[in-house]
Amino acid sequence: MVDLSVKLCNLSLDNPVIPASGTFGYGREYLDFYDPNILGSFSFKGTTKELRFGNPAPRIADCTAGMINSVGLQNPGVEEVLRTELPEMKKVFKKKVIANVCGFSVEEYVYVAEKLCADESVGIIELNISCPNVHNGGMSFGTDAKCAYEVTYAVKKSVTKPLMVKLSPNVTDITVIAKACEDAGADAVSLINTLLGMRIDLKTKKPVIYNKTGGFSGPAVFPVALQAVYRTYEKVNIPIVGMGGVSSAEDVIEMMLVGATAVQIGTANLKNPYACKEIIDLLPAVMEKYRIKSLKEIIGGAHR
Amino acid sequence: MQTLMLTVKSNERLNHDTFSLVLEGDNLTFSAPGQFVNVDIPGLYLRRPISVCQSTDTTVRLVFKVVGKGTALMAGYKQGDVVDVLSPLGNGFDVNAEGKKALLVGGGVGTPPLLGLAEELLKKGKEVKAVLGFNTASDIILEKDFRSLLGEGNVTVTTMDGSAGKKGLVTDALEECDVLYSCGPLPMMKAVAQKVKCKCYFSLESRMGCGFGACMGCSIQTANGAKRVCKDGPVFDGEVLIW
Ligand SMILES: Cc1cc2nc3c(=O)[nH]c(=O)nc-3n(C[C@H](O)[C@H](O)[C@H](O)COP(=O)(O)OP(=O)(O)OC[C@H]3O[C@@H](n4cnc5c(N)ncnc54)[C@H](O)[C@@H]3O)c2cc1C
Ligand SMILES: Cc1cc2nc3c(=O)[nH]c(=O)nc-3n(C[C@H](O)[C@H](O)[C@H](O)COP(=O)(O)O)c2cc1C
Ligand code: FES
Repeated sequence: MVDLSVKLCNLSLDNPVIPASGTFGYGREYLDFYDPNILGSFSFKGTTKELRFGNPAPRIADCTAGMINSVGLQNPGVEEVLRTELPEMKKVFKKKVIANVCGFSVEEYVYVAEKLCADESVGIIELNISCPNVHNGGMSFGTDAKCAYEVTYAVKKSVTKPLMVKLSPNVTDITVIAKACEDAGADAVSLINTLLGMRIDLKTKKPVIYNKTGGFSGPAVFPVALQAVYRTYEKVNIPIVGMGGVSSAEDVIEMMLVGATAVQIGTANLKNPYACKEIIDLLPAVMEKYRIKSLKEIIGGAHR
Repeated sequence: MQTLMLTVKSNERLNHDTFSLVLEGDNLTFSAPGQFVNVDIPGLYLRRPISVCQSTDTTVRLVFKVVGKGTALMAGYKQGDVVDVLSPLGNGFDVNAEGKKALLVGGGVGTPPLLGLAEELLKKGKEVKAVLGFNTASDIILEKDFRSLLGEGNVTVTTMDGSAGKKGLVTDALEECDVLYSCGPLPMMKAVAQKVKCKCYFSLESRMGCGFGACMGCSIQTANGAKRVCKDGPVFDGEVLIW
């Protein structure tokens, strides 16, 4: 018998497989495919203070081994999430979830995080700091160590549950931002969010995406994600949740070997809605093949 | 919703760029005409959404136009090939809408789902007429299928250049009806919506990430708030659409 369980902050997870924010809605869309309770947890759609429609269409582009999205945080707003989405979710998902929080100012992050923290289904707050900072010229919170520190510090003071900060790879050195978040009190970091990307439609000779650029994700970004987690593991002492292109049980193990305590899976779910179930089902056999008895024991193994 | 491994029964060319692909397999159930499937194409990342043209318990017919890489690869499918599709997706047309006289208005490669719709409406005892618009004679598809199903006189074909049928737009050939169902290019559907007063249903397209409601990639703004074309649509009541 192999052991898939891991501990992330104060959460004991049956396995390290966690669908990533923005690819799993609030959990309901997958009920036709499998029972979500087989998952370690899941991270729900990025939630903001106010309702957001997001960006104009087209907001999806196909790429070699991946995709670009510029959904732009479409969500019903935190009050509506608390009033309808989470109660519906709780009927079908009995484990703790990860609440993905977005905002356009420090106050908004704090507001949304406090509200979601109060819901008993939430186990961890995941702060998505890739949003533009409206008070700072629109630059993303996550691309500046000082901004990242400030927002992490402010949210950490106002929540009682573990705080995980989700990092953008669109920076010169992701480890500097990770360290700033750790210094500000983050209990964990998750990485990577999407990489900036674009496609051109040869017929119109214009960008496919209305907003011109969007976030690139999927199997093509896996090597980028691995090095980001590997280097971050060397710089911080808090747990890391690894993601970016993970699509198989083997990928999960690679991600844990470079230092991930748990692994999020995003885009793979969109192509194959059974992706997380298949990965969980296959993990024991792949672990046996590589003589791994317990996933906990391989975390960061590539550094030793 | 599930992924199905279907076998290609036939793949025929209908004209210079449009193909009729019949897939065979078990568990093919659709709740309404106008639903779609999402086709996984080896070598491409995202699946490609294609409407169901016609279906039986064991077959589904997809009619598609080659416009890019994915549809070009689908044109090469041979009898016996295995295709992974996610199905059934979307809401489909409401065949129980009030009124006896139904008018189907199709444009180009938007006509295929209207064929399956016509079959279901006839089963419900409705009087069905169709107006099918194309750019030019060589683009025409499914004309025979519609004529043999609905009767010669109940189908009007229009072409923009007058090379076949009536010259002009579908809006030049609309007839009085109780309920109108349309699928085609957005400007065509918009023109239809502006011209008629009856109950209208429109089938929309959008670039899709997942096709089953999880990613919000396909959303549109409607009078009732944000809606996902893949899950809340692709068919929308004309009253809620913001053109
Ligand atoms: C609900 C629905 C039903 C459809 N039914 C049919 C049908 O019955 N017959 C048919 O010929 N076509 C149909 N389409 C359009 C069809 O999905 C596109 O033509 C096809 O995806 C193009 O893929 P490609 O790789 O050949 O083109 P590419 O241009 O190489 O595609 C690149 C990307 O753009 C997307 N894309 C391109 N054109 C469209 C479009 N018009 N709508 C949505 N996404 C697009 C593709 O899915 C892919 O992600 C439907 C679309 C939707 C949303
Ligand atoms: C359609 C889509 C929507 C996303 N929305 C969010 C979001 O709301 N919040 C967030 O933190 N990340 C969001 N992401 C990023 C993913 O959670 C993930 O970090 C990224 O896609 C890399 O992982 P992957 O390659 O496994 O998808 C989104 C990604 C996609 C593809
Ligand atoms: S395509 Fe993903 S929600 Fe519609």
